[in-house]
Amino acid sequence: MDCQKTITIIVLNEHGVLSRISGLFAGRGYNIEALNVAPMLDSKFSKITITTKGDNKVLEQILKQLNKLIPVLKVYESDFCGLEAILIKFDIKESLNELSAIFSGYGGRLLEVNEKFAVFMAYDTSSRINNLLQAIKSFSPRDITRSGILSIEAN
Amino acid sequence: MELNGSLMLMHALKNEGVKVVFGYPGGAALNIYDEIYKQDFFRHVLVRHEQAAVHAADGYARASGEVGVAIVTSGPGFTNAVTGIATAYMDSIPLVIISGQVPTTLIGTDAFQEIDAVGISRPCTKHNYLVKDIQSLPRILKEAFFIARSGRPGPVHIDLPKDISATIGEFDYPQTISLETYKPTYKGNARQIQKAATAIKESKRPLLYIGGGSISSNARDSILKLCEITKIPAIETLMARGVLGSDCENLLGMVGMHGSYVANMAMSEADLLIALGARFDDRVTGKLSEFAKGADIIHIDIDPSSISKIVQVDYPIVGDVSSVVCEIVELLKDNYNCEIHKTWRDSLKKYNALHPLSFKDSNEVLKPQWVIQKVGEIVSKNAFISTDVGQHQMWCAQFYPFSSPREFITSGGLGTMGFGLPAAMGAKCANPSKISINISGDGSILMNIQELLTCVVENIPVINIVLNNNYLGMVRQWQSFFYDERFSNTNLEIQPDFVKLVESFGGVGYVCEDKDSFEKALKDAISQNKVALLDVRIDRMENVLPMVPTGGALFNMILESKE
Repeated sequence: MDCQKTITIIVLNEHGVLSRISGLFAGRGYNIEALNVAPMLDSKFSKITITTKGDNKVLEQILKQLNKLIPVLKVYESDFCGLEAILIKFDIKESLNELSAIFSGYGGRLLEVNEKFAVFMAYDTSSRINNLLQAIKSFSPRDITRSGILSIEAN
Repeated sequence: MELNGSLMLMHALKNEGVKVVFGYPGGAALNIYDEIYKQDFFRHVLVRHEQAAVHAADGYARASGEVGVAIVTSGPGFTNAVTGIATAYMDSIPLVIISGQVPTTLIGTDAFQEIDAVGISRPCTKHNYLVKDIQSLPRILKEAFFIARSGRPGPVHIDLPKDISATIGEFDYPQTISLETYKPTYKGNARQIQKAATAIKESKRPLLYIGGGSISSNARDSILKLCEITKIPAIETLMARGVLGSDCENLLGMVGMHGSYVANMAMSEADLLIALGARFDDRVTGKLSEFAKGADIIHIDIDPSSISKIVQVDYPIVGDVSSVVCEIVELLKDNYNCEIHKTWRDSLKKYNALHPLSFKDSNEVLKPQWVIQKVGEIVSKNAFISTDVGQHQMWCAQFYPFSSPREFITSGGLGTMGFGLPAAMGAKCANPSKISINISGDGSILMNIQELLTCVVENIPVINIVLNNNYLGMVRQWQSFFYDERFSNTNLEIQPDFVKLVESFGGVGYVCEDKDSFEKALKDAISQNKVALLDVRIDRMENVLPMVPTGGALFNMILESKE
């Protein structure tokens, strides 16, 4: 049975490394639901967080194949604290007060506003971000950008 | 000391003990070739096609156990090399491939003969590099050889832009290397090894399943010791032919789609599989749900991603096959009771007697199996046997009397037609005192036949035995069995005059239509020590048997052709 899994990968911060990771997924037909990558603080490594889907066998292979790549230092799927960011654009005519109230419940706020649009942001767990999307559906969002999960080891 | 990039490459090759390089020059590789011109510590073999350069380096590596090296130019030079790289990748062969690249200032501009070489080679190399500055070149060269030959071996590609190959920088070649992110596991987990040894002791129907990893790890002696102590029956994959040698009493033959009846039945009925550097390829397992249903599986492999990839393993052991088998031998040598599986061995003898690997010989028409056996008899353990891909490859794997590892050089994983001749060339360069024979088909030989010229010019006397049935034989066989004999585009009725062809390259040619003429021709070719091609006219409709149909269970073999 397929299940969703978030994997964290520590890689050497060198050119082409993201292509190696994404190429591994693409070449083997593994799915990438979300992907996030950034350099780690004061180090030559980067942290990649990938959310993927598959049965246990596929997930085990993903871990093994990732570990096999030369620039990969560590791959783990241990307990982690995860957050996702989201940016949502609305028409200025929508009720911004109501939207502000909703977004504040998800660690969010009004980020920017101009003569046409208002952009809200939120940080929360992926499942709560999904809830937020349900909650703002009736406000007819014009555009949405999700970050994918940002994670850090909990232990 | 300060050197330019090309000279750094020369020094690295010298440091790594490289004796032969196969290559083909071009614009982006001109600086490299200028330095090759000036050096004299390695031999450069100028091939006639870049694909052949990589296959030759591959044949060299398989025959010698050392890292093979190929140099090609950018763009088409590199793309031509890709089939060779992929072939080596699939069979875990240690290679370093250096390609020229357009200058760094032109990368990304669609310059003449520019291609994203590292993008292309990424999925078919163990690792690859685009050299962006001269300072990193010494490290990259050292890492490339280290990565290629360590752990599970494989090809490593270095893309070297033309300006970097001319730029001068400080050359301080690292003597040792330690990569923080790459540390292969050689020693198996002691507890797992103990568990595996216990399982072997208790098993009543154990079976050694030997794969190509046994050759990479030079595990022959330890496996033979295990065989001697335990008397456990053994089967070899295509890639492992020669590990035990045909005179080993434990050996049941090759397993898989064209494996022997007894080997496939043993695989199906064993209660314990001891997989040594084998990766459960689909050509070996057949229908997975029926594969080794009653067996627990011990899998010893240096590559953790190979373990439980295809089948669930009960005793996973990550480590070098030779080292792990040595430890198992130590645990078993004083108290192993071979009698526990005597009944099993007896039943396998009966299977072998029921359907031995055989063929119907004839005096009217040459049978390919007879030809293969005759080659073995004449060269008597003193030859490299390389093949292309097709029926001839399988007959060779089935009927050639292999005596040692690295004797059989064949493209297993990728199944590359055109591999045999350049690989035979590489093997001959690795050990000129041995005879190098390429056994090919009339379809395959044409895929890299230009290398006959390389062999002539470079004085590399390779003997090519072309089993000529005027068909793409293996595809024709499938069409015969599974497509109601609709021989779509497999009839090669019109072929060149192979004798004239080889003569035009400067070699010697023979047509062999019966046993006498074949025997005479082969002996003559060996004694002449020249580049030779034997056009051997075999039975056109001969099939490779037994055969497990794709997706079928291993124990359901086609044993006879329809008359």
